[in-house]
Amino acid sequence: MKVLVAIKRVVDANVKVRVKADNSDVELANVKMAINPFDEIAVEEAIRLKERGVASEVLVVSIGQDSCQEQLRTALALGADHALQVKTEISPEPLAVAKMLKAVVDKEGCQLIILGKQSIDGDNNQTGQMLAALGNMPQGTFASELTVEGSEVLVTREVDGGLQQIGLKLPAVVTTDLRLNEPRFASLPNIMKAKRKPLDSISPEELGVDIAPRLATLKVISPPERVAGVLVANVAELVEKLKSEAGVL
Amino acid sequence: MTESMTNPMSILVVADHDNNELKAATLTTLQAAVELKASTGGQIELLVAGSQCEQVAQQAAAVAAIDKVLLADSDAVAHQLAENVAPIVVALGQSNSYSHILAAATTTGKDLMPRVAALLDVAQISEIIEVVSADTFVRPVYAGNALATVQSSDSIKVLTVRGTAFAPVATEGGESPVNTDIAANDTGISRFISEEKVVSERPELTSARIIISGGRGMQSGDNFPLLERVADKVGAAVGASRAAVDSGFVSNDMQVGQTGKIVAPDLYIAVGISGAIQHLAGMKDSKIIVAINKDEEAPIFGVADYALVADLFDALPELEQQLS
Repeated sequence: MKVLVAIKRVVDANVKVRVKADNSDVELANVKMAINPFDEIAVEEAIRLKERGVASEVLVVSIGQDSCQEQLRTALALGADHALQVKTEISPEPLAVAKMLKAVVDKEGCQLIILGKQSIDGDNNQTGQMLAALGNMPQGTFASELTVEGSEVLVTREVDGGLQQIGLKLPAVVTTDLRLNEPRFASLPNIMKAKRKPLDSISPEELGVDIAPRLATLKVISPPERVAGVLVANVAELVEKLKSEAGVL
Repeated sequence: MTESMTNPMSILVVADHDNNELKAATLTTLQAAVELKASTGGQIELLVAGSQCEQVAQQAAAVAAIDKVLLADSDAVAHQLAENVAPIVVALGQSNSYSHILAAATTTGKDLMPRVAALLDVAQISEIIEVVSADTFVRPVYAGNALATVQSSDSIKVLTVRGTAFAPVATEGGESPVNTDIAANDTGISRFISEEKVVSERPELTSARIIISGGRGMQSGDNFPLLERVADKVGAAVGASRAAVDSGFVSNDMQVGQTGKIVAPDLYIAVGISGAIQHLAGMKDSKIIVAINKDEEAPIFGVADYALVADLFDALPELEQQLS
């Protein structure tokens, strides 16, 4: 079974982003970039499926400028077999991304597609569900456990108020939550080996997808800052202030 | 027929419910719909898709903000799997009757709405926190470190709504008709197996008026009863930071933060929580924030309205006593 994993190059999770002075976007110049953390979990899960003999091949796809090849190489070093860059100059919206991934899935005949539940830049949480919709595939979002049994993938989902187990007929889409696994680090020999693994490039036109945006970002601002309040001396003063001053008790 | 002679298109809200009860998240989503109605004049319709959920439809019919209830009562959507609910919403969307389709940004809404949008070939706008106009919305990006104002050029706007950003509408005062004629089918590509709901006497995190959360400073899950006893004095929900969850103190459904639950109660008490960006993103819209931490340098104090530098193992029992 061929497994496809989609990864996105995003601002590193430890960087505190700043809004540009002209309010057009956040500042992305000279900022440390990394694989979206949820996508790294997706890569790890696919590699584990291959190690267990469930997956025969792991194809990793990223959409963006040539800089995303750095993240594709990282995924190859972690254990993916083959990488594909869909080359775009703009950062396409989730619907366009889903359409491009659908075209790749059809072309490559992938049975299981694993994606991060959301990217930590746009925080959209849409691409997996949209890809599933376009391919008439079932979806297992917010996965904390994944097992393939015959023609079905069993997924434990982290839902509000608890956990839910569902069964999905293959081909299927799974999106990862934090607790699915803990990603490994790439070893030096594997990083060297990754340089020789195949990394191809394709355009949205070749995939037959129109990536024109549907949304216009009018402005991006910083959220209102909270200011530090007062120091209270003890619990009694705290309770008193919450009752009389804040009126919340 | 000219534009002025046609009725404005309606606003469809997909209900968040558990077949018994309309969830609070639906009421806040309806407030966003009310704000849209102010600019489009369209009627607000609520879709209840579930099984043996007639009482949910009745609760909805009593909500003054709702003009019409649509009930899809079928075993096929008993567990509201997106594969089976999406076609119902898509069929409604394709009827040319709706300008907007909204759902709460709960795990159910977030699972469903992108599937609906893709099948309608429109964008989806996630977790809006403000309705600027009928086509323009504000939403947080980068874990709430920036707020983007986005404008949609699609014919139907498919939105999820962050509950903490809108006040709930009143649960009564209405008497709207219920249309029970909505069909549902099982697509057969997914099946529900089981669920484990965390049973608690305390309110849910996302709808609680008061929340008390513990972090790594709690040292062990065995110490969480210290928080629970305080919570029970004031009817609060109990939460946790990601550090506490990752350390195995408590289960992940208690996690408040960017990757957990986003909350905005009247009062948020952070105990033994340092205040990582991750955690702040999930609670910084709370009305009043209290931080109790023995480290006076903890970043959490930078956002707290009331700061108490103290050992939590002394402060919590005292707080419990003071609230008795």
